[in-house]
Amino acid sequence: MLSLQDVQRIARLARLELSGAEAEAMREQMNAILAMVDQMSAVDTQGVEPMSHPQDVTQRLRDDVVTEPDRRDDFLALAPQAEDGLYLVPKVID
Amino acid sequence: MRADWEVVIGLETHAQLTTASKIFSGASTAFGAPPNTQASAVDIALPGTLPVLNKGAVERAIRFGLAVGGTIAQRCVFARKNYFYPDLPKGYQISQYEQPVVAGGTLSFLLDGAVKTVRLTRAHLEEDAGKLLHEAVPGSSGVDLNRAGTPLLEIVTEPDMRSAAEAVAYAKALHALVRWIGICDGNMQEGSFRCDANVSVRKPGGALGTRCEIKNLNSFRFLEKAIEYEIRRQVEVIEDGGKIVQETRLYDPDRDETRSMRSKEDAHDYRYFPDPDLLPLAIDRAWIDRVGGAMTALPDALRGRYISQLGLSLYDAMLLTESREKAAFFDEVMKADVQAKIAANWVNGEVSALLNDAGLEFDRSPVSGGQLSRILQLIADGTLSGKGAKEVLREVARGDSATGDVDEIVASKNLKQISDGGAIEAAVDQVMAANPKLVEDYRSGKEKAFNALVGQVMKATQGKANPAQVNAALKKKLG
Repeated sequence: MLSLQDVQRIARLARLELSGAEAEAMREQMNAILAMVDQMSAVDTQGVEPMSHPQDVTQRLRDDVVTEPDRRDDFLALAPQAEDGLYLVPKVID
Repeated sequence: MRADWEVVIGLETHAQLTTASKIFSGASTAFGAPPNTQASAVDIALPGTLPVLNKGAVERAIRFGLAVGGTIAQRCVFARKNYFYPDLPKGYQISQYEQPVVAGGTLSFLLDGAVKTVRLTRAHLEEDAGKLLHEAVPGSSGVDLNRAGTPLLEIVTEPDMRSAAEAVAYAKALHALVRWIGICDGNMQEGSFRCDANVSVRKPGGALGTRCEIKNLNSFRFLEKAIEYEIRRQVEVIEDGGKIVQETRLYDPDRDETRSMRSKEDAHDYRYFPDPDLLPLAIDRAWIDRVGGAMTALPDALRGRYISQLGLSLYDAMLLTESREKAAFFDEVMKADVQAKIAANWVNGEVSALLNDAGLEFDRSPVSGGQLSRILQLIADGTLSGKGAKEVLREVARGDSATGDVDEIVASKNLKQISDGGAIEAAVDQVMAANPKLVEDYRSGKEKAFNALVGQVMKATQGKANPAQVNAALKKKLG
């Protein structure tokens, strides 16, 4: 069972701000999901390979060829702030 | 620092792969383009875009796995590593977690004349992040996403290294190998090959100490200095009664120290999970065999051949296979009829020193393999003395001769050894006549005087007399 603290931590990792009421609502929903997972855990899966994707197919590969043109100006126009060919963000210091 | 601390080091190296296009998009990976001109919709994470894996990146990972004798996964999975930073617009880096493309393998190299082997844990494929420019626009950080999505192979070792020097020797061997198999250009200034070092100290035989990770070391010198500083720091902290806190540290070359990145407590909670946008990657035996079949001889194979067929020592063979260019140069020398041991000595000694002084690699050597083999033949037949041969090598390297013909240089520079018995005897007579004191000293039992006389004869012949013949002639005449 997740506590409110767990929910707030997960929210922080996802850069989400939750009010107290929202966190409580999320806690209930997430616990319901976990309860469902618990229920599925009861199924005997011995000898079954875990799948990383719902379909049992594999990746198709692309040949190593440059196909993308330069569309910088189109893309920069979508950004809230851009200058000198750069996307701008609030100053980040390591 | 007290001597009773054992240092434990593991390295993680990011080798940028030499593909033309990015790992999940068709944008170019060429270095130095104007900002964001090589950042496609996938690289800047526009909604609705999907990654498509580059076959060339996988193929290079297979080459690496074969070269280190690792296990290449028949099936592997890409995972999302979640964190927020402006150089990574998706909010996650596509990497591999539980099922990397290569598991295990080893890398061997020379350290203080002995062979050291480091075990590899794994090598996995991942995408690089973009670059932040803090000075370009006042008050803001600029984001250049040209590098975002560039394919990297992250190569992780077991904690097998016991000193900074050993870590550097490993890193140099790895650097040579990735260039040898052509998967990485190894350009450290451009960030194509960078290391993170995990460092801890412990009492010998004790449990592993808490480790710190030093990030982004992009030169062998910084790698060595950063590890040395970090060892001193950790020992001091522990000896002062403190505890090492597991953390990420940055090396500051200007102050020669590492300092904590003071990351937030959650920074390492990456919440990896399989990327639903990418299906599992299947690598079948036939593909691995095709890749292996197209590879040039690996250092290990060449070493084996040098030892078994040419009778060289392991030490010589390791030195010759430090880089593919050096081995190729040696092979070129050996095309002529020369003695392998002597050729190895010259390649590892004189020629290496010459290139070192000039700051050149073997592929740009001013002396060709063919020219060196001719010089060695002229030593073997007595035309050149060892000293004369070194002069010829330097003359050839200078490149003044139009043809570069070794015999012509020997003749024009008058470097031929004097092996004419008559000429040598004449020089000996002349020196004995001019140095009666030395002659007398020798005859009255002062052995040292003999060497002085040899020196005089060599001087009189401008160093060109055959030393063995000079010795013999002197002995005979002195009685």
